[in-house]
Amino acid sequence: MIRYPLTAFSSGLLFGLGLLLSGMANPAKVQSFLDLAGNWDPSLALVMAGAIGIGFAVFSIAKTRSVSLLGSPMRLPESNRIDSPLILGSLGFGIGWGLVGFCPGPALVALGAGEARALVFVVAMVAGMGLFEWQKHLEHKREHKHHKRQKHKHPH
Amino acid sequence: MTIDWYSFTPWTALSGGVLIGLAAGLLILWTGRVAGISGILGGLLRPAEGDNIWRLAFLGGMIVAPLLWQMFDRLPPIRIEAGYPLIIAAGLLVGYSTRLGSGCTSGHGVCGISRLSPRSLLATGCFMASGFITVFLLRHVIGG
Repeated sequence: MIRYPLTAFSSGLLFGLGLLLSGMANPAKVQSFLDLAGNWDPSLALVMAGAIGIGFAVFSIAKTRSVSLLGSPMRLPESNRIDSPLILGSLGFGIGWGLVGFCPGPALVALGAGEARALVFVVAMVAGMGLFEWQKHLEHKREHKHHKRQKHKHPH
Repeated sequence: MTIDWYSFTPWTALSGGVLIGLAAGLLILWTGRVAGISGILGGLLRPAEGDNIWRLAFLGGMIVAPLLWQMFDRLPPIRIEAGYPLIIAAGLLVGYSTRLGSGCTSGHGVCGISRLSPRSLLATGCFMASGFITVFLLRHVIGG
């Protein structure tokens, strides 16, 4: 079905245009928003307000549906668990965000605009994501081995 | 704190935010997927998922956005002050941490808060706080 990826493409395009228009794609502006002690630019609070205003309406409709308008299952996150990966990951993300002024979306948009620094950021970011997947993979393998050994020791 | 009224751009910020909300709405209502950029990108690295086409389409749309913009108008400024070592370190940290924390500004900050998810509210509080502290240290302690 072509409509599924086509919708995804349109959504990505609209998202990217929104990031450009709002100023979120400009790291210097993001850092000025995060600089409470300096000459503070509050613009990005309004980006969040605009996005969440629409998002609130949209997601309250989404919550009532079990299939999407194209007939695919709704994949809303269900977990309510507050754990240390959530907190540590979010704290670490904020540090990286503050250091350069890029979060994942704006970095991709700046890459499309031909910024060499954005390309380097995106490559490093994908490497960081790969590192996470690799670590998960190793953990999973170790657990599996451990499980097997346990089974071997106590066959019943 | 002083407010930088000269750089304050309330109308473009608000309307850009509305576009972001509409984009997230288009994706969730029509495809059932949450518009979390780190999740969409990171999912490509999981070979088991088998749903790479829509992910690539979404990311392709984001990268094409500035090209479409340029057909009608000059691109707004994109100023990156950090040097390459810092960019690489921050990129690695953002990539790893957003996967560990299951989301970034879009997935937690926009979609999660819109759903009133307690996880996303906490996550957004955490990355906003560490972002504020990082820029404070960068501009007023180390750089000051």
